[in-house]
Formats: sequence, C-alpha cells, structure tokens
Amino acid sequence: MKPIQSKEEYQSYVDDKTPNSPILKNCFNAFWVGGLICAIGQIIFGICTSRGIDETNSYTIVSMSLVFASAFLTALNVFNKIGKFAGAGSLIPITGFANSIVSPAMEYKSEGYVMGVGAKMFTVAGPVLVYGISTSIIVGLIYILFNTQSLILI
Amino acid sequence: MKKVGNQSYILNKPVNIAATASIVGPKEKEGPLHQFFDQCLEDEFWGESSWEKAESKLVKETVSMAISKSGIASSDIDFCFAGDLLNQCIASSFGLRETNIPFIGLFGACSTFIESMIIASSLIDGDFATNTICTASSHFCSAEKQFRFPLELGNQRPPSSQWTVTGSGAAILTKEGTGPFITTFTPGKIVDMGIKDANNMGAAMAGAAEDTLITHFKDTGRNPNYYDVILTGDLGHIGKDILIDLASSKGYNIRANYNDCGVLMFDKEKQDTHSGGSGCGCIATVFSGYVYQMLQEKKYKKVLMIATGALMNSTSTQQGESIPGIAHAISIEL
Amino acid sequence: MDWMMIFKAFIIGGIICVIGQILIDKTKLTPARILVAYVTIGAILGGLGIYKYLIDFAGCGATVPLTGFGSLLSKGTISEVQTTGFIGAFTGGIKSAAGGISAAIFFGYIASLVSKPKIKKQ
Repeated sequence: MKPIQSKEEYQSYVDDKTPNSPILKNCFNAFWVGGLICAIGQIIFGICTSRGIDETNSYTIVSMSLVFASAFLTALNVFNKIGKFAGAGSLIPITGFANSIVSPAMEYKSEGYVMGVGAKMFTVAGPVLVYGISTSIIVGLIYILFNTQSLILI
Repeated sequence: MKKVGNQSYILNKPVNIAATASIVGPKEKEGPLHQFFDQCLEDEFWGESSWEKAESKLVKETVSMAISKSGIASSDIDFCFAGDLLNQCIASSFGLRETNIPFIGLFGACSTFIESMIIASSLIDGDFATNTICTASSHFCSAEKQFRFPLELGNQRPPSSQWTVTGSGAAILTKEGTGPFITTFTPGKIVDMGIKDANNMGAAMAGAAEDTLITHFKDTGRNPNYYDVILTGDLGHIGKDILIDLASSKGYNIRANYNDCGVLMFDKEKQDTHSGGSGCGCIATVFSGYVYQMLQEKKYKKVLMIATGALMNSTSTQQGESIPGIAHAISIEL
Repeated sequence: MDWMMIFKAFIIGGIICVIGQILIDKTKLTPARILVAYVTIGAILGGLGIYKYLIDFAGCGATVPLTGFGSLLSKGTISEVQTTGFIGAFTGGIKSAAGGISAAIFFGYIASLVSKPKIKKQ
C-alpha cells in the first residue's frame, strides 16, 4: 500500500475497509417485523370497530395498546433484542417511540425519580415531540392564513 | 532515564512489574481469555445499585487484589495512578477514596493504563518513588449510558462498532524485583485522522498507533522482529487491519507478531461483538491477565504494548468534531 | 375481521419500515434523527392532505408508523382550527395524539419503577 497523504484519502480508504451493514437481511427483518406490528394494530382496530367504537378512538386504542406492549417488553428486557433483530421494523412503528421513552426512564433511575427518570425520559423522544408538534402548529397557522379548501383534504 | 530519538526513553534501571490483578465482567468470562483473569463477575451490577458504583467496586477490588498479591504493604506504596472513562474519572476516584495512597487521576481515554505506567516508571527511574500502582477500568453499561444510548433502546450496532470491556486491571511497579521489566517507552502525540464516525473508533485511532509504533522503531533503532509480540489496546478488527496496512506503507511489516487486545478479548462470531473490545479496561485486563502470565511463563520475552485512545466525548461528536487519537507504547522485557 | 385490510397494513407498514432501515444503514442517521424525520414528514404530508389516502388504503399500516403519528398531529390541528379558530393551531395537535403520548409517559414511568436495565447478552 502507498502511504496515505490526506485526510480525504484516509476516509475513503477507511470506508473501503469498513464492512457494510448486511442491508438485505436488515431490510427483510425490518419489513416483516414492521409489517407484523402494523397488522397486529389493524387486528386491534378491527376488534374495536366491530364493538362500535368510532374510527378516531379506535386508532387511539391501537396506539395505546402498542405503546403498552412496547413498554412491557422493554421492562422485561426483551425489546432491545427485538430492536437489534428488526432495526427500523420495531423503531419506526409507535413501539419505537414508546421504547425511546421507556428505555432512558429505566436507565436513569439511578439518578433519582425527578432528575433521572422524569428529566431523562425525553432524551430520545423529546426531539420527536418538538418537531412533530411544531410542524403541526405551522400547518395549523398556514391553514388559517390560506383558509382554502384545496390545502386540506382531511 | 535517557531520551533517544524524538520521543522515546530508555530507563537507566528497568522498572519491575511485581504483580498484576484483573477482574472482568460476565461477557469477558465467555471470551477466549477467561482463564487468564483473576476473577470473572456473574453480573454487571456486582451487588451495587448502579453501574457507576459497580465500576468503582471493580477498581477498588482490583487494586486491593494487586496489592495483596505483591505482598507490599499499602503504606509502602508511594503513588496510585488511575483513570477510567466516566466523567471526571469518578470510577477511579470513588473506588480508591479509602485506599490512603497518594492518588493521581489520569485521563488518556483508553490509553490510560499505559499512560499511567509511563508516568509511574519515570518516577521510579528518577528515584522519586519506590512502589507505585497503576490501574484503569471501564464498564460496558456505564460507557454505553454516557457515550451512546440507554441499554434497553432497541437499536442496531453497526459492524464497525466495538464492545466496551467491563473490567479493571492493575499493576504494581517497583524499583527492585525479578521482572518482567519495563525498559523503554514512547509517549505518543495526538494524531487526528479526520474520522468523525464515533462508531468507528478503530479507524480513528489507527493513525495515532501507527505514529507511535513507527516513531518507537525509528527512535530505538529496533524493528518489528525485536519483539515476540506487539499488542495494541483496542483498535479492534478494523483498526488492526488498518494499522497493518499503514505500517507496511511505511516499510514495516508487523503482520507476523502483531495483535490487538480488543481482538483477543472476544470471540467475534460467537459473542457478536462486531469489531472487538474497547475501553480502558481492555488493554488493562489483557495485560494484567494474559500478557503478564505469558511473561512469567517465559512464553513472551519481549513485548511492545501500545495503548490507543480516542480523545472525544459525546458533546464533541454532536458538535461534528473529528476524533483525535492517541497511542502510548511501552516495552516490557524479561 | 377484514383480512384484506390486515394484509394491506402488513405490506404498507413493512415498506415504511424498510425505507427507515435503508436510511439507517446507508446514511448512519441515529435513531432519534430517523424518528424526527418520520414524524416531520408525516406532519407535512398530513397537513397537505396526502397522508389521508394512505390511511384509507392501509389503515394501521399507515397510522402505526411514526409518519402516522405526525399526520395525526396535523389532522388534529386542522380540525381544531376549524372549530375553535386560531387557538386550535396550538391545542389540536397534542389533543389528537394525547392517547399515545400519555400512555408512553405513564407506562415509561411505571416501567422505571418495576424494572432495571440489563445487558444485551447477544
């Protein structure tokens, strides 16, 4: 090998040396686990609507059930194994959001229930709420500004 | 002590390594080196309420084990050099607060163990100390908590990531003794290769390791064949390959007798540790356990230990800084 | 039970996750960034009224991924604006997503009371 002259050269050499993630395997696992979680959600949704619960509330019940399942599996120290296997398959559904709240809550218990559990709970999920809520407020303001039916079809 | 070349030092009177001790965690117990460690823990908490406390206990117990193995009274020990990866080195200072030995806390990231041995042997060689203790520790869980994500977060680790060793190693250095001896050392310079990926520490540190390794050879006039084995601290599988390439590009072939403690520590396939072990505890336990025993059994007679460290924290990574590396080398001979 | 909807939820939910997986493996984005990107994209698509069609097609396949969470925030904001006006832009979002957020916070707190983190064995 020739001596490496620059940082750019080193970076591209390192990129060659570093093995890539097994992307096909990861995508396959993400697909079926993510799909399965959504399908379970759909089954819960079906049960709710068949009992006469309206659509909006049914979707909320689906979210809460999946959040509970995720929190439960996280508390049993199982969710991280699922996450390691499924990657985005368990991260992207609302299970991943719940796990990102529950896991730091458990982790920082040793720093107390206020500044540990209470404050650190949002280390990963906080940004999700910040950006999600801020975007929705901007959407609302734009809607007020342009109150045209073409903008909102929901 | 005399300086040779740019930055290497030959001790006037080689410093004796009187005793070592090592305690590792349960994952390391499943690794290929488990029979060389003095004690393997069954769980990461070790009866404590937090990982930080568990790591402090690791340091405390390792140090007292090394002292009792050496047979030296702790009141006869002049200095204790210690360091770890936690903020403000609390594992070392909390673990050693009851030892009553003058304490010097060090931070050299994962190079701390060899850094402490360099300082200790200079003091002994200069007649400023007779007996010293050097120790370093790391803990997988406390390191993950501080540098990465909560343990229960369901994320995937990239193939280049490394597994922080749970463990602590300690060595007692003395003026008199029958060896093995520290004969030469080369403190390293900070080398920044511009790597920004905190999941690829091996690549970030390989440049520093190369710099120290080649400087050591040039300063001392030695070549790779002088040593029975050359061991780096925690470059891992990727960093090891890179160092072999970098050294050969400068005309040094180290392929035959070079290895890495992070590679030795875990079985990559069975233990799913990706690129290998890392952390202060990696070279500290591999040296105190495996290498020291090999030296005592005279299977190795000349060893070059190069501890590598990535000088970063989570803030610097978030601010988009690159990761500077450091590497310190010592030669240990019979 | 509507088996066709369950199948569609499986396929669409799976595809949305695969896109996330490709982003993780190819761009080295951290999980937090992926989640932020998804919720923001979902809120924008929801605001533009596009996401609704995906929900109609795939049900929970579209609502369960975090894009659905984002679209729910926007949808809630808009319907609240329609009924209460300006103030609705600030109240509607969280109101509509309150179930999921409150559940996560509450269950997270309970989990921290009853359980301790353990090392990943494999």
